[in-house]
Amino acid sequence: MTSLSSTAPPGVITSEALAADLCCFPTLEQYVDLVASFRADGFEMCVDLCGVDYLEHFDRWLPEGVDATRFEIVVNLLSLSKKERVRIRVQAGDDAPKIDSLFALYPGTEAMEREVFDLFGILFTNHPDLTRILMPEDWEGHPLRKDYGAGRVPVQFKESPGPR
Amino acid sequence: MTDSNVRAADRLDLLTAETSEGAQELQRRSSTNADELGREAGAVLRLDGLTLDPTSIDFDRRDDETMIINMGPAHPSTHGVLRLMLELDGEFVLRTKPIIGYLHTGMEKTGEELSYIQGGTNVTRMDYLSPVINELCYSMAVEKLLDIEIPDRAIWIRMLMSELNRISSHLVWMATNGMDLGASSMMIYGLRERELILAFFEKTAGLRLNLNYVRPGGVAADLPDGWQDDVLVICDTIYARTFEYDELLTGQPIFRNRMIGVAPLAAEEALALGVTGPLLRSTGVAWDLRRAMPYLAYDQVEFDVIVGTYGDNFDRYAIRLNEIRESIRIVRQCIEKMPSGDYRSQDPKVTPPPRARIGESMEALIHHFKLFTEGFQVPAGEVYSAVESPRGEIGCYIVADGTAKPYRMHVRAPSFVNLQAVSLLMRGGMMSDAITVISTIDPVLGEVDR
Amino acid sequence: MRWARRASVWPASFGLACCAIEMMATGGADFDIARFGMEVFRNSPRQADLMIVAGRVSQKMAPVLRQVYDQMMEPKWVISMGVCASTGGLFNNYAIVQGVDQIVPVDVYAPGCPPSPETLMHAILTLHEQIRTGEILKRRHEGRPVHIDGAAELWTPEVPVAVRVGTPK
Repeated sequence: MTSLSSTAPPGVITSEALAADLCCFPTLEQYVDLVASFRADGFEMCVDLCGVDYLEHFDRWLPEGVDATRFEIVVNLLSLSKKERVRIRVQAGDDAPKIDSLFALYPGTEAMEREVFDLFGILFTNHPDLTRILMPEDWEGHPLRKDYGAGRVPVQFKESPGPR
Repeated sequence: MTDSNVRAADRLDLLTAETSEGAQELQRRSSTNADELGREAGAVLRLDGLTLDPTSIDFDRRDDETMIINMGPAHPSTHGVLRLMLELDGEFVLRTKPIIGYLHTGMEKTGEELSYIQGGTNVTRMDYLSPVINELCYSMAVEKLLDIEIPDRAIWIRMLMSELNRISSHLVWMATNGMDLGASSMMIYGLRERELILAFFEKTAGLRLNLNYVRPGGVAADLPDGWQDDVLVICDTIYARTFEYDELLTGQPIFRNRMIGVAPLAAEEALALGVTGPLLRSTGVAWDLRRAMPYLAYDQVEFDVIVGTYGDNFDRYAIRLNEIRESIRIVRQCIEKMPSGDYRSQDPKVTPPPRARIGESMEALIHHFKLFTEGFQVPAGEVYSAVESPRGEIGCYIVADGTAKPYRMHVRAPSFVNLQAVSLLMRGGMMSDAITVISTIDPVLGEVDR
Repeated sequence: MRWARRASVWPASFGLACCAIEMMATGGADFDIARFGMEVFRNSPRQADLMIVAGRVSQKMAPVLRQVYDQMMEPKWVISMGVCASTGGLFNNYAIVQGVDQIVPVDVYAPGCPPSPETLMHAILTLHEQIRTGEILKRRHEGRPVHIDGAAELWTPEVPVAVRVGTPK
């Protein structure tokens, strides 16, 4: 990992990350300001925004001072000028997860946030059009949550005990 | 859900037909809020502070003066099952809204059920025009988590197959682009050239498409004997044919009139939208992951990064045509520089033993059994690893929890993000240009919907 | 008339995913289906005879598939191309319809992931055979599945050996 030429503002917990130059763990209040400061610092592109449901792996490693919640939002930013990547992990909440939208900073997150809403049920405030994007409109439930089954149809042959 | 931004819960009255998708569709102007109106109109993004200004929609029509029409999802001119709703004023497009999800396969959920060896079969079907590159992205992410090195020959074989895949993907693009514009002979030529590459894939991996070839630890099988001759024939033939395409399309006045100056994209808009790949390079930003953040052995081969100037359709066409030539250049260097050695890592945790040894040694048999029924354990952690696919940056974010299956596997699909540029690019253009715009954005709906 | 029906079956393009690419390759120069009178993929279902469902059908796509099938005029046939269309294939989950025969009646199933163009052509020729002998309309009328036995009365087309790759009859 190369040394990062920009650092997170004080008050935000950071750590090293695999295949990224920095990993930040802001709280919900620090989240948008942190992303804005990175954007002002030369991170022109928000590459990816995804959600993770840690229901079955709640005791994953987190640095000191970060309170784990069930849902987590992971944002990957890319700086083309400095050729660096930064990962931001926010703990979004347990039962009614709600987080600010990054649409005002990076309009490209519009579709990604809709997908996270559709598949996890995490609400984004100030998003222009928070509707389902991948599932049909009248679908109930959020498929990528861990308490939502895969929906396998039982098949009529003896299955060998395997990873599936 | 009572959040005011979430319109779905109280808009079930919009589900009028079996095939309607309610709040996901383009609604009448009077029933759309200002923010969404601005986004659908592709309102120009103000650069200072980057606020989306809905008042910069420079047209104003009443609801009954415009027509909302629906294109797709079953349509010959959309690259897959993309549904596009357009608001038209005569022949001019005012607002656009793409509706996706018609190919949603639950691949990320399936990825959590499959072991790391099986994961490649799932990921390879996302972007079905460049399956080797999907698998490469996934395998590199797993290898980073495992922290293993793969042998040089495996790296160069992966690079060779990736570049051949890039050529075949761009050939399909040239074929379908020609078809969309009416040059149906281009369809036949593009597919004919692609057959050469697919025959080589079949010889190496056993399958033409969706080859489960690149796996964590290396590749599945070594290149067949005499592969240098096969690949040289491919290179020479396709290189000569690219000049035929120049004659057929590049210099031709009708083609140029339809493509030059149509749907220009500015660099700042592209970066704000997260667009990558030929779409970004057409705006003048020379960003190619193979050059900027090299992976595999791309820093040991010479190739040029093709960059456009105006960001219009013609630039995107020219970039893809020349990327075919650059990929051929890389393939030729791969033929010269291919090292000898193992084609996969010898680490017994990751690689199954050779089939011949299973009949001789008990340990090999047990080892093979455990690897293929249970899979190998990956230490807990998370990684995001990205490579350059023909459509842009494809990245794989894996959360591992120490077991044999990924806890969360997310793929950052380039077409998913690039498709957001559709509203911006079609704005103010004509209906027939809408088709070419979708074509040059080159979405592959398999990876858009996953 | 049955000869005419089978000699110019016009497919409706319903390519969804990876199988669609193989379907396009079948229409291309190397595995030309124009020699069977099928190169013109009609865009409008009203003008098509055959719907080749190529690719995985998601829950969102299912009503669209049914609507396109309903818009086709009789007599119409369906080939389910690929394992995803036949049974749900690799994806046994919430998002994919487990077999397109839950939505439309299927006449020929072509397995493969994706089926190589030779397999698809074998499926198409099987369909042509069924049309020629009239078995398929008989079956539809009576609502029973069809088996072609009694090979003596069948006319075997003179096709090159390549087409014989695939599932035997």
